[in-house]
Amino acid sequence: MVAVPLIRVVGLVRVFGAQRVLDGVDLDVGAGEAVALLGPNGAGKTTLLKIVATLLRPTRGTATVGGHDCVRQAEAARAILGVVAHGAHVYEDLTARENLAFWLRMGGHAADRDALAGALADVDLERHADARVRTFSAGMRRRLALARLTLTQPRVLLLDEPFAGLDQRARKWLEGRLETFKAGGGAVLMATHSFGRELGVADRLAILAGGRMALDTPRAGLDPQDVQRLYVAHTEEAS
Amino acid sequence: MTYARRALAVAWKDLVVERRSKETLNALLFFSLALLFVFQFALGPDRERLAAVLPGLLWLGFILSGVLGLGRAFLVERENDCWEALQLTPGDKSAIYLGKLAGSLVLMAVVETLVLALFVLFFNVDLGPALPGLALVIGLGTVGIAAVGTLFAAMTTQVRARELLFPVLLLPVLVPVLLGTVKATEALLLREPLAAVAHWLQLLVAADVIYLAIGLLTFDFILEG
Amino acid sequence: MTTLLGWLAGLGLVAGLVMGFGVAPREVTQGNVQRIMYLHVPAVWVAYLTFTVGFAASIAYLAGRRPGADRLAHAACEVGTVFLGVNIATGAIWGKPTWGTWWTWDARLTSVAVVFVMFLAYLLLRGAIEDHERGARYGAVLSIVAALNIPLVHFSVYWWRTLHQPPSLLKPGSSTMPRVILTALLVNFAAQALLGAYFVARRARLLAAEEEALA
Repeated sequence: MVAVPLIRVVGLVRVFGAQRVLDGVDLDVGAGEAVALLGPNGAGKTTLLKIVATLLRPTRGTATVGGHDCVRQAEAARAILGVVAHGAHVYEDLTARENLAFWLRMGGHAADRDALAGALADVDLERHADARVRTFSAGMRRRLALARLTLTQPRVLLLDEPFAGLDQRARKWLEGRLETFKAGGGAVLMATHSFGRELGVADRLAILAGGRMALDTPRAGLDPQDVQRLYVAHTEEAS
Repeated sequence: MTYARRALAVAWKDLVVERRSKETLNALLFFSLALLFVFQFALGPDRERLAAVLPGLLWLGFILSGVLGLGRAFLVERENDCWEALQLTPGDKSAIYLGKLAGSLVLMAVVETLVLALFVLFFNVDLGPALPGLALVIGLGTVGIAAVGTLFAAMTTQVRARELLFPVLLLPVLVPVLLGTVKATEALLLREPLAAVAHWLQLLVAADVIYLAIGLLTFDFILEG
Repeated sequence: MTTLLGWLAGLGLVAGLVMGFGVAPREVTQGNVQRIMYLHVPAVWVAYLTFTVGFAASIAYLAGRRPGADRLAHAACEVGTVFLGVNIATGAIWGKPTWGTWWTWDARLTSVAVVFVMFLAYLLLRGAIEDHERGARYGAVLSIVAALNIPLVHFSVYWWRTLHQPPSLLKPGSSTMPRVILTALLVNFAAQALLGAYFVARRARLLAAEEEALA
């Protein structure tokens, strides 16, 4: 019996005004899998992620998360989703602890001191728990966003440029986290601009160009130069 | 009850952010002060003329500060993708509306108290026994302004030209509230009893109920995207 | 269906004009200028009727998300705004020779002006939102606020000023209007209502065509 993939996108079309940003996209991501979504600016990576994240309605086509339709069963989909957008969802003038407490309460969870301390320790931020996020680096903010996910325990992770602006140490930390997440049966879909070492965590590469999936291939056996070549080849084709 | 917890979380978050950044409160207070000067200079030193238009000026001040302050209600959410994160939270989104509304009401109450005090000082108004009735009218009017304002602020957050569109949407809708509060304030300052303005109070209550109901029932649709 | 509506509206307008300018009696003090009332008064009734339709369509859209409901709401609010514009313009034309001024802040004119601006803001909002689905949702909420605000506007403005003739049609008891004038008003109302419905139908069709062209 083949399990339904944790993320399934079929024939997705999304129109903005007069522009067809997504023009028939298909994609599957299974449990324990990480897919890196590549593509030029404006290719529709963020739009695709937003539709899967239930933040946008498709013009046509379907997206399901854990079998739940992203439009008609959005609440059920959100219950197993973990989303980290580029901005990391932080309020600059609140402390790390206060940010975490706020988002936990909004999620309907209790935000007692122990749970908060535990989550912050889990992402190595307990020393900065009471510092205002305004002083945080990009890596620290990303870690704070992931601290929340430690407590909500999603099964699907949607990440928009997760490695952008991170230093070497933070990147290694994130790679380790994603590997652990995959090992636990989670699915990861991440949009990224870089072809560097961090692609190592991806099991497949999906190249989005001109609103269509130009290439969907396993990453194993490809080094960064191969990826670069494939990327250039497929994005030039489409434009 | 998680609904109340979420609404309180939003209100608390907004008030803490405001207390630490002090962006909105300071700007509104200085704006009100500037308005007072403008009123004085535009209307000249004639005491009696000023006394006649005082209720209108007071509410002009309240509404203009309200427009400025409420227009920024969701500004902090636009940073760092917090708006998206709010969209993803489970449960009835109207709790967010209520929390935002509560935070805005606290902010507006502070500004209005100070503006009223400044009016009393600058224009030598004797509030005296009218104060409780006045407080009621100001309360009812502010709730109406904030109820529609919070809804429209959410709507215009994601739209281009939002600084222009927000007042254009809000001001015509607030005409009944403006009329009701100015007329009631006028009567109260003339030492008329509260019963004399009962119909205005009823109008304000009706408006508040309608606006709150619409806000609570439709906020889900606004926060959808 | 729409074409039939158009023809009926055309016939109705002719009938209305005949009633208003031919059959109805000449007003003693104001003269023939008063006949503009047969355009002026039904226009605001039709406007408020279309806003009610827009209100219902908006609720239907939010409940069921059918694009047809949104197109109906959008078209209804637009057409209603146009009819209010007609009401304001004819009111000004009537007012100049009658009261010597294009505009006064009396209760009826002021209320209509406020409602007019409210729905102009609706059109502005829809124009400013590029994403069609969001425009439909936000438009629906705004038209609900605006429609429910209409009675509040009317009561507040009426209590604020009363210079206009007291509304004679909605008074309990017998109407103070002679029968033939009432008939003329109602004929014109029916005609303008048909015209309004025709415009709404055509506008909704145009909106559908726009959507198809873009999708």
